[in-house]
Parts: sequence; structure tokens; C-alpha cells
Amino acid sequence: MAERLIELRNIRKSFGRVDALGGVNLSVDKGEVVGLIGDNGAGKSTLIKILAGVVKPTSGQILVRGNPVSGWNAARSRDAGIETVFQDRALAVQQSIVRNIFMGRELAGRFGWLKLGREVREAERLMREIGFTSRIFTPRSIVAQLSGGERQGVAIARAIYNEADLIILDEPTTALSLAETSKVFHFVRQVKASGRSILFIGHNIHHVHAIADRFVVLDRGNVVLDANRADVRSAEALIAFMEDVAHPRTTLPPSTAASPR
Amino acid sequence: MTEFVGPEKDGTSATDAGPLGRRAEHPLWRFADANRAPLGTLAVFVVMMGVFLAANPRVFSEWNIYRSVLTTLPVALFLVVPLVFVVTAGEIDLSFPATMGFSAWMFALAVQAGFSPYLGAVVGIATGMVLGLIVGSIVVYFNLSSLVATLGMNFMLRGVIQIVTEGKSIALTSLAHSSAKTIFSSDVLDVPTQIFWGFAFVIFAAFLFNRHRFGAQVKIVGDNPDSASQMGIDVNLVRVKTFVFVGLGAALAGIFSTMINFTWWPTAGDGYLLPALASVFVGGTPTWGGVGTVVGGAIGALIVSFIQTGVVGAGLSGFYVQFFNGLIIILSLVGHRWNQARYR
Repeated sequence: MAERLIELRNIRKSFGRVDALGGVNLSVDKGEVVGLIGDNGAGKSTLIKILAGVVKPTSGQILVRGNPVSGWNAARSRDAGIETVFQDRALAVQQSIVRNIFMGRELAGRFGWLKLGREVREAERLMREIGFTSRIFTPRSIVAQLSGGERQGVAIARAIYNEADLIILDEPTTALSLAETSKVFHFVRQVKASGRSILFIGHNIHHVHAIADRFVVLDRGNVVLDANRADVRSAEALIAFMEDVAHPRTTLPPSTAASPR
Repeated sequence: MTEFVGPEKDGTSATDAGPLGRRAEHPLWRFADANRAPLGTLAVFVVMMGVFLAANPRVFSEWNIYRSVLTTLPVALFLVVPLVFVVTAGEIDLSFPATMGFSAWMFALAVQAGFSPYLGAVVGIATGMVLGLIVGSIVVYFNLSSLVATLGMNFMLRGVIQIVTEGKSIALTSLAHSSAKTIFSSDVLDVPTQIFWGFAFVIFAAFLFNRHRFGAQVKIVGDNPDSASQMGIDVNLVRVKTFVFVGLGAALAGIFSTMINFTWWPTAGDGYLLPALASVFVGGTPTWGGVGTVVGGAIGALIVSFIQTGVVGAGLSGFYVQFFNGLIIILSLVGHRWNQARYR
């Protein structure tokens, strides 16, 4: 059995009297790509923020490699090897690509003087690794001049540099063109091949279905589906299930729903 | 979009290539592009000096007028350069005039008590940094508006000086014969020595800003504090450090100013509040944080210092000084708008 990287047990989160999450169980194994799907307000964002340690759960338990971690916060999350690429908010856009990749982990020698040449070479290597190359810009280019897709590339390159074991991608393909989406997929497969894990959050069920090994569907703060890829016939079946969750019909849900882990 | 985009010869549109397009390959363009703000400020300075020179060639071809500017310019440099860091971090510090007066006061007391001026300088610098730490901690950890809180601190610190000294100045005639005076504020080949210290400070700070982890984190904190703290940067600590740096600069400014005049006044530093701030923005550092330029700020200080001398030297009455001060500030801001468009 694959090594369990991280496990959330019975996570609840209330904002006042509103329950954002009502006892969620979620786990990610080593080298696994988990697709997290859910409508707006399903609790995806809250769940990501809890994993990243920026929001504290009201109750519940978080286990890293099988060991419960107390006092979960952003630092613990990073120590556990969790790297979140937040949609739109991850980058300091007035800075260069290099400065963003090495944000908070600058390559510096004695007395804190930067090793700029080494940083640029390392950034070039990381960018090449994820197929993020261009004649137009260099690692010294300002992020504000990049397209939305290219910015995603910078954030992903940074996550690789930080050697994350679990990279959380928050809607990574939402703003991307077809070609750029396939680049992200290519990267996700490379990360998986290297033994790292990905939590892939998306609205586009076709995108998530194309890349994930396992699907977790959130609805109004609860996990309503946790199914392996083999148990889901097609993206259409997943979409049908999602529609059924949103607007319950009188007919029985597709068989996909009945595969608890 | 930018003044550096040349003719489009080979079918690549300017928007595709952007200011950092293939021209980024050429080191000279890369340098010009990366330093547009200070180069623009330098252009303003050159044009201004050209106008002065045309208005009164005789006065402006004599060394004396430059000598008088270089005598007091270092004091402005010590103030302006750290302010660039604070503004880039997304904060503002209006307490530096009182910090300058307070640190110089401690320096003056130490020298008056018979201690060596070097020891006095250490005391003064320590005072400035501690005051910077206090001001910064109040602003950052109480989460106050730095604009208002530092203004309050400026009044309060100045008030302490007034209360204790009852408005009396301190004359330091012993300084005139000290070795510290020779090293820090005398003449070498008719050039005031303090300007070398001022330049050294600017160069050090420019490296700190562009080639040091501290400068990199100051920019990131001013740019996107959420992202910075997510990536493990102690955002508040970085902010406090910029205030400590201002305290250090203000102390140096106060000590040099006291050494130039052999006298400490209870109002020391007061006159620098607005000119120093104006220099930061004239230099090309925008108000919104995330980017800035140390060298630009230094040239901005040079411009602001020269206006007063220049306007009078050009043959206009002193009443024109304020008008030209304002004119230069507005024109510089309009010019920097173009540079800064690429960041937003």
C-alpha cells in the first residue's frame, strides 16, 4: 500500500453559526494526484487554507505520514512539505521571476549577500524543467509583464524549488489556454513521477478527470464522493453525479457514488 | 508604452516583446531598462543644471556653489536613502527629524561630557537605532497607520527634547580640533570630506537594496505581504528593520550636521521633513510600495538640495525657491508615471 502522506480526520470549521466544513475526511498518498471538485461555497477554499495552515480548523485531526500534528499552522504545514499555489495571490508581481521563485529562500552567501548569478541559473533550470521557456522573457523579467498562464508557471517552479511533497494547485488551469493547460498537465505528471503528490482543485471537471488518480467531491462542507479513477467511468459520469448532488433527482445516482474508500 | 521601445523592424510587436524583449539580451539595454527610474531622475538633474548654467554661466562655472551644496548634501543623503527602504516596504516614517535631533543630542551630550567624538557617535547611532526600533514596533505590532503614528512620534520625541533642554542649544567647540572632525567634516582638495561618507553610504545602501536578502525581502513585503508571509518571510520583522535603518540614517545625519556646525540645536532635523520626503519621490520611488530606487533617491536629494542654491544663484530672489521646488516635484512625478506604468 502506498505511503499515506497526509490525512485530515473529521475536520470541522465554523464561521460563527455557518458550518463551512462539517467533518471532512481527506487523505493524499505519496505520488498520488487527487482531484478536489466542488461548487462555489462547497468548502474547497476553506479546506485548502486549513491544509496550508493559514486557517485553523474548529475541530479535527491532521496526520502527517501517520503521525498526528498538534498546533497546526503555516510553519508546520511547510515543514510537512505542503506548498500551496493560491490562485492569483501567490506572486509579488512587481518583482522579477527570480525573486518570486526564491521568495523567502533567497540563495545568499555570507552576511546575506545574494548569489544572483546562481539564482538566475537555477531559475532557468527550473523553468526549463516544467517547459516554461520563452524568447521573450528571462528570469529577470518582471512578473507583471507575464500572462496569467506564465504566472502559474512561476508559482509552480517555485513549488518545485521548495521541494514540496504535496503541491496544492488552486484552480491552476482556470485562466489558461489549451496549450498552457497541457503544459500544467505535463508538469503534474512529472511531479507525480518524481514521487510527489498533487492536490488539484478545479471547476473544470474535464480537466480534473484528465489528470487525477482519485476524485473527491465536496458539497456544502461535506465529502459526498471519494472515488478512485478506476471506479469513475468517465468525466461525463462525474458531471452527472455533480449535477445530481446540486439538484437531486428522483432517480438513483450513478453507481460511481457507491464506492467508499 | 515605454520610451525605450524602438522601431519595429522584424515583425515583433512592441507589446509582444515588452520592455524586456530581445533587447533584454543586450547588457546596455538591460542596464538602462533596469535603471529607468534613477536614469530619469538623473535626466531631470541634468536639465535643471543646464537651465541654471544658461541663466547665469558665471556663478555656475565656479566651484564655490557646488562646494556649498556638497557640504550639506550628505545630511540629506543619510535621511533619504533609508526612507526609500521604508516607502518600498509599504510604510512611511515621519519621525526621522526628531530621531535625528534626539540622536545628535545624545552625541552632543557625550562630547560635551568630555568623551571622544567616536564614542559619542556610537552613542548617537545606538540612540537612533533604538528609537527606530521603538517607532517601528509601535507602528507594526500595534498595527497602526505609519503615516499618523510616526507623525505622533515625531511630535513626542521633539517634545521630550524641548522639555529637557528648555530650548537651549549645545556648543561643541572642542570638536573643531578633534581628529573626528578631520576625518568626517573637513576639506580635501577643496572637497568637503563628508560627501565621501555620504557617497559610501549610498553605494552600500544600493547594494543592500539590490543585492542583499534584506533589500529583496523589503521589496517583496511592500509588493505582496500575504504572499511574503506565506513563503515564510517574517513580514513584521522586515518592516521593523526598515524603521531601525531610518533611525540609523537619522542618527548619522544628526551627528554629521552637528559636526559641520560645532553646535547642536534643539530644532536639529526639523527642516528636513518635507525636503527629504520629496527627494524620495522625486527620485522615482513610487508611493505604493514594492519597488524603489536608492540611487534615484540620492539624485533626488541632490536635485532638492540644488534648487535653493540654484534659484538664488541663477539671479532670482529667494521667493522663487518654493515655487521651483514644487515645479520639480510635479514634473518628476509626471515623468516617473511612464516608468512605473509597467508595474501596474
